[in-house]
Amino acid sequence: MSNAVVHAGGHGHAHAEHPALQHHFDTMGQQKEAAVVGMWVFLLTEILFFGGLFAAYMVYRIWYFDAFAEASRSLSLFWGGLNTAVLIGSSLTMAMAVRCAQTNKRIATVNWLVLTMILGTVFLGVKVIEYADKFEHHHVPGYNFQWAEAHEAPVAGAEHAPSAEVAVAEGHRELSLNADQLQLTTQIYFSLYFTMTGLHALHMIIGIGIMLVITWMAWKGRFDEQYYTPVEMAGLYWHFVDIVWIFLFPLLYLVERHV
Amino acid sequence: MSGHVSPVSLYITIFMALMVLTAATVGAAFVDLGQFNFLVAMIIAGFKASLVIWYFMHVKYASNLTKLTVATGLFFLAILLGLFLVDYGSKALTPMLPPLS
Repeated sequence: MSNAVVHAGGHGHAHAEHPALQHHFDTMGQQKEAAVVGMWVFLLTEILFFGGLFAAYMVYRIWYFDAFAEASRSLSLFWGGLNTAVLIGSSLTMAMAVRCAQTNKRIATVNWLVLTMILGTVFLGVKVIEYADKFEHHHVPGYNFQWAEAHEAPVAGAEHAPSAEVAVAEGHRELSLNADQLQLTTQIYFSLYFTMTGLHALHMIIGIGIMLVITWMAWKGRFDEQYYTPVEMAGLYWHFVDIVWIFLFPLLYLVERHV
Repeated sequence: MSGHVSPVSLYITIFMALMVLTAATVGAAFVDLGQFNFLVAMIIAGFKASLVIWYFMHVKYASNLTKLTVATGLFFLAILLGLFLVDYGSKALTPMLPPLS
């Protein structure tokens, strides 16, 4: 214990060094602090990564608010709300997993981690249902994108198909964009929808991958109340992904629901 | 040196608060508040995010260095979104909106 020389007169070396303590750290506390700060610095880059998309979203939403409102209404509030609840639930189970690791409950840690992964998979499953629905309704940006439903699409040869009149007939307020403009601008909304939810889903897949490793490590008994940093770091990542969705849900699903 | 262990009841309370706030944000979206619909949704989301950061992510019990790191990130996010919108907002004074065919 060379550290004992450096820290002669200090306290905290009553017991043998923890096997997980790396040689370049003095104490387990110092090692954990370095990991926590490092993880947060990584999460800050992630915040700015998503922040750029939020900025792009804000500008287009201000420019083409009516298109965003219309497109947002086409999303299923049921699936979106369910996924929000599932993800918040998975944050709770993740917090419980970290707590069980802190209190050295091996089996409970593994169980909570497995439950978190199951909830994460449920979220992704719902996302698959939603994405499939978008493909079915031609709401995927690109060559086959078609905003207006087939039955209300402009008939070939018809002089005009004022979507504003259709909207008013359906009880909505009058829109500032005509059918052609909606066709263009709703595509911008769905481009942002797929980019933001797709990037979020990618983070969830990575998170589940990390959790698989952590669960295996927990099962092997690698953690105790002195050393549970990997569980805590996986938790920070998972909670961050939850926070991104907390903002995505109102921004994408609740643009204008009251009309 | 192990970290602060929060009671299970705290986690349950935070979870319930997050669920109630989710219901609140959906409910608020169906009330016509004009321009304030967006503001209300973002305030609720910001509050939910704060609960997650403060309690689930243990920032409440973290060192001042960690707290400063988190605050730095939010500060730069505010610069990103704030100056971005000031820039585009001021361009509204000139014909900026791309023409739609």
